[in-house]
Amino acid sequence: MTTGTNSSRKMAGTAALLALAAILPLAVTEPSQQNFLILILMGAQMGVAWNIVGGYAGQVSLGHAVFYGIGAYTSTMLLLTLGLTPWIGALAGGLVAAAFALAMGWPCFRLKGHYFAMATIAVAEIMQILVTNSDALEGAVGLYLPMDQSGWGVLIFLSKLPYYYVILGLLVLTVLVSWAIERSHIGYYFRAIKDEPEAARALGVSLTRYKLIALTVSAFLTAMGGSFYAQKEMFIDPGSVFATTISIKIALIAILGGVGRLTGPVLGAVILITIEEYSRTLFGSTGSGTDMIIYAAMIILVAVFSPSGVLGLLGDLRRHLPGAKPDTVKAEKMEIRP
Amino acid sequence: MNTAPLLAVDGLGKAFDGLVANRDISFIVHHGEIIGLIGPNGAGKTTLFNCLAGFHTPTTGRIAFEGHDITGSTPEAAAALGIARTFQIVRVFQSMTALENVMVGAMLRNKRVAEARERAEDELAFVGLSHRADTPASDLTVSEQKRLEVARALATEPKLILLDEVMAGLNPTEVREASALVHRIHQRGIASIIVEHVMEGIMPIAHRMLVLDYGAKIADGTPAEIAENPAVIAAYLGE
Repeated sequence: MTTGTNSSRKMAGTAALLALAAILPLAVTEPSQQNFLILILMGAQMGVAWNIVGGYAGQVSLGHAVFYGIGAYTSTMLLLTLGLTPWIGALAGGLVAAAFALAMGWPCFRLKGHYFAMATIAVAEIMQILVTNSDALEGAVGLYLPMDQSGWGVLIFLSKLPYYYVILGLLVLTVLVSWAIERSHIGYYFRAIKDEPEAARALGVSLTRYKLIALTVSAFLTAMGGSFYAQKEMFIDPGSVFATTISIKIALIAILGGVGRLTGPVLGAVILITIEEYSRTLFGSTGSGTDMIIYAAMIILVAVFSPSGVLGLLGDLRRHLPGAKPDTVKAEKMEIRP
Repeated sequence: MNTAPLLAVDGLGKAFDGLVANRDISFIVHHGEIIGLIGPNGAGKTTLFNCLAGFHTPTTGRIAFEGHDITGSTPEAAAALGIARTFQIVRVFQSMTALENVMVGAMLRNKRVAEARERAEDELAFVGLSHRADTPASDLTVSEQKRLEVARALATEPKLILLDEVMAGLNPTEVREASALVHRIHQRGIASIIVEHVMEGIMPIAHRMLVLDYGAKIADGTPAEIAENPAVIAAYLGE
């Protein structure tokens, strides 16, 4: 599928994009605008992580906030109680989330399609209630990160710029993991499971094993995103990291951009976060809840007009241009099978 | 040297709730043999396939593969042991190219992508689909998709391949090609069990025929013997 010139052109494109991202804050110096860029990178990182299980392997999770929250709470609790640096805290959060993914995936993957998605919602809801009622985790009050420290050791900064580079680094890491999976036999197995699970089994692919791999890796990376959120906001509570709206946002970013492809979630994040932020400035505090309206509208638009997301739409347009060469690989459609 | 037959099925039965789809079926397949499995619609041929390939757990009886009991094993375990299958209604991986489909099969024995690709290219050539390697599987004709499933199954390096109606819907030329393909699979030392309604495709190449009716085996013999068997004639034409 990837011929030599094609993949080297892709490589060059990626390098150019990365260089652009690295120098972008030099042009965008306004803190609120830098914050906006950070939000886009955070969204992209979530989407790319979700795409591993929801896109490639086709197991639609609507409960990814559970991993996000576990990441945020683990690194924050380790920092507050043991003074452990978030560099290690984020890895610990990833490991806890991965272990949790194994434990929840085992029963949940006995369910297929819609039923799996519903089970993931339930798990995330239960977790939010448990944390809200946990005294050890300060319940609904939430956790504050230390305001009197800053620097690379505690990953707390007074300016936005360091946060920008940290999340850019995390996004690059997430993309690299995703890319490595896509190119290995695991990526092929994921797509086989998504397309025709019974045929995959007949070729020796263990559905449970590979779905668990997908969920575990995705959970690990999502949790690291959660840890970053805590470091950036310096305050977390169950409503801000375990909420179902976060689960939906994570999935929607990938679905909007185009599932099962590396660049889809990045594109989805740019579009979704831009709309979200503009609506926030437009409607102000009176517009709380507008984000849910926007999510709903986008889900409908994607479902009706382009099940393969914006990337799929672009692909269709390119095919219809005069003199265009047809794509050999078709855009993948977002499909949930019962 | 392993003296056990490749496949030994003994008293196999499968019931779905009250409905008995297979009853007391026993037969043996030797290494490299071509077995035709025929019978009227609803005779239980596909159910038998599903039991052999690990998709159904038999209600009664035993299945031994190279002397090992594999009754009720999973499809992935059966594939790992060397039992490959195709599906009556094709199940190619739609989002992949033809080559990638076959690579997934080759990855059972070799997880390295580049080596799986080489192996897959060989198998595509074997079934005559090299020119379609980079075509999305969903764009192939049904006849090509059936051959793609054969290539994908062969890429798992099976000792036994279960072919479910690979000749259905083919024109006479294609049927001859399909028969030749089965014969070449035999020449590679791979045994095959072929469910087929297309008699002119299966009769000339099968070493032995099994006939099912109402879930039970009613005949087992060479194609010539089967053609003269009164029970078989009765099953097909009515008494």
